[in-house]
Amino acid sequence: MTQHVYAAEIGETAKLLADDPFWLILVKVVAIFAFLVVMTLFMINWERKVVARMQQRPGPNRVGPNGWLQSLADGLKLAFKEDIRPVLADKWVFFLAPVISCIPAFLAFSVIPLAGEVNLFGEQTALQLVDLPVGVLVVLACSSIGVYGIVLSGWASGSPYPLLGALRSAAQVISYEIAMGLSIVAVIMFTGSMSTGDIVGAQATTVLGFAPGWFGFLLFPSFAIYVVSMVGETNRAPFDLPEAESELVGGFHTEYSSLKFALFFLAEYVNMVTVSALATTLFLGGYHAPWSGEFMNTGWWGLLWFIIKTLGFLFIFIWLRGTLPRMRYDQFMRLGWKVLVPTSLVWIMAVAVIRTGAIQQLSTAQRLIALGVIVGLVLLVSFLLPDKKVQDTKGVPLAGSGFPVPPLDLVVPKTAPKRKVKVATLPKETAAVTTGKEAE
Amino acid sequence: MSLLTFLAQQQPEPVQRVVDTVTTGEAVTFWILGPLALAGALGMLFARNAVHSALWLVVTMLSLGVLYMVQQAPFLGFVQIIVYTGAIMMLFLFVLMMVGRDSSDSVVEVIRGQRLAAALLGIGFAVMLVGSVGRALTGVDARGLAEVNTTNGGNVGNIGSKLFTEYLFAFELTSALLITAALGAMILAFVGRDGKPAKKTQKELVEERFQDGKRVGSLPGPGVFATANSVATPALLPDGTVAEESLFDVIEATDRSTLSDDVAEVAGTAHEPDAHALKGSES
Repeated sequence: MTQHVYAAEIGETAKLLADDPFWLILVKVVAIFAFLVVMTLFMINWERKVVARMQQRPGPNRVGPNGWLQSLADGLKLAFKEDIRPVLADKWVFFLAPVISCIPAFLAFSVIPLAGEVNLFGEQTALQLVDLPVGVLVVLACSSIGVYGIVLSGWASGSPYPLLGALRSAAQVISYEIAMGLSIVAVIMFTGSMSTGDIVGAQATTVLGFAPGWFGFLLFPSFAIYVVSMVGETNRAPFDLPEAESELVGGFHTEYSSLKFALFFLAEYVNMVTVSALATTLFLGGYHAPWSGEFMNTGWWGLLWFIIKTLGFLFIFIWLRGTLPRMRYDQFMRLGWKVLVPTSLVWIMAVAVIRTGAIQQLSTAQRLIALGVIVGLVLLVSFLLPDKKVQDTKGVPLAGSGFPVPPLDLVVPKTAPKRKVKVATLPKETAAVTTGKEAE
Repeated sequence: MSLLTFLAQQQPEPVQRVVDTVTTGEAVTFWILGPLALAGALGMLFARNAVHSALWLVVTMLSLGVLYMVQQAPFLGFVQIIVYTGAIMMLFLFVLMMVGRDSSDSVVEVIRGQRLAAALLGIGFAVMLVGSVGRALTGVDARGLAEVNTTNGGNVGNIGSKLFTEYLFAFELTSALLITAALGAMILAFVGRDGKPAKKTQKELVEERFQDGKRVGSLPGPGVFATANSVATPALLPDGTVAEESLFDVIEATDRSTLSDDVAEVAGTAHEPDAHALKGSES
């Protein structure tokens, strides 16, 4: 086998995984599939419960213990519903779209390291399906194929709202995938590898003696950009424009029902778990505990830390949905192209300069000169920028049409003090509109 | 053929070649994906629907990507999927969906001699392709990537160092080409704001409306109140006269007889609903 020849260049995780027997790989595949399905069922319930608490209501609490089996019941019900295909739908593409959106969602999880070296049924292995030298790209590739599911479902439905949702989704995912890819670049530059196992391994350090050397702290701008773009990438609130209920009915899945709709639902939640797991892997030290050393930090403990961190990200998804209103489409695109992408590029430049400085072992004088040159360049650019136009505050008098119109800059007076007289004590008035019986 | 001699010069000396054996897995993958890629290409040519055509092409591209991965080029394979399938084909689909599903290709020759030029170029390209592929099949020994993938930073590191040392000029030229294309597209699509503003902002629109001094609010709706649900019903002013602005031009222009049902309904002379009408005529 050529696999063993690679050993000189590959990381520890890949070496561990290289001699996995076939049955172990099969066990891992089934385990990952089960993990993702259970996480989906759990997430739907958790989301409904958390959002309910945020809105001062109990949420689902009937089916199963404390209502935790509600999503399972919903899923079963969905499977037995009638499968409707619109007359104008494109037969094959309409059928293929949910499948296409579902498969890459599961596939992307294969490169996520769930834990380090463990003993699984007598075999020393890592809790990860594969560790490719280009592992991070697998997730990006899967998400870029997953969009086809959404776009094709919108097109194949043969009705205008899904089509609008599909168009939005195509533009949205392409733009936010660029920001996502750029935010990952800094991590790859620091690690010197694209393999997820190596990236987690590189974060097993401490900075300043105590803090964990996670890239989320070291490369905070990248982390922030990744978190924003992962919400955009999964079409979740406040970026859920492809399925905006108030504008597009249901967006791309308006015409879908039964199992096909369930597949879209599954894909959305699996995608959420995957991007959260990737965020954990890239920025929060993966399966490492928040401290260094052996204590609660080896073997199966890794799985615990990994799941806690991933659930943290998933909670942020729910929290965002419970608090933020949906963004307008042009604002959303502006955020992606004019804020996230340029910030990413500048940040990557900065990381490159810092990395070069660290590798080249520059003297203090050289570092200071480099710093001076950078500050000078920033100043030069800021001087060259044109001044912001001062808003014409005078404007035109607006209330010139004879209508009693308040001016645009009207200061709304403070709320009037509460009415003294209680409504109950007011004399009872006769109703202006009466029922037919009283009139007779 | 100068191109072929150039290609031949690019080949390394036979001494340096390390021939990797084709594993069973690789062979199986090839015999599954090869026909699939071919089917995708044929499907793209013969599909009637433009979107189906694009999807067949996606199948071909995905198969090629997986074949690259199997042939020890994982980076190339995934970049093929991300860039070609993920970005470029998605943009194609985007345009196709905007065009609409029912639009068919125009068979009118827009540029003079287009078909002749296309045929000539197509034949030329086919000859070139057959020549190079034929040479690759017969004259060139297979050279595995196992050696390159294990030294000097592995697959990704080697591609990076090649790209930024040996092929830097070609790389920069390509990026210049792409930037020029992007700039061109932006200029073509750009609508200037300095001359006549193409689209007024919300504030400008509001000020303009108030400046006119005519009507600030919307026109009064039709008199669809408790008495009638017809848009032909005019709105009434407080003194009981008809508000002229609520009258709809189209309805004003229609023949009065077509509106007689509505008029009757408003006047209260319409037929009352007859419960017996639901029964059959015999009983």
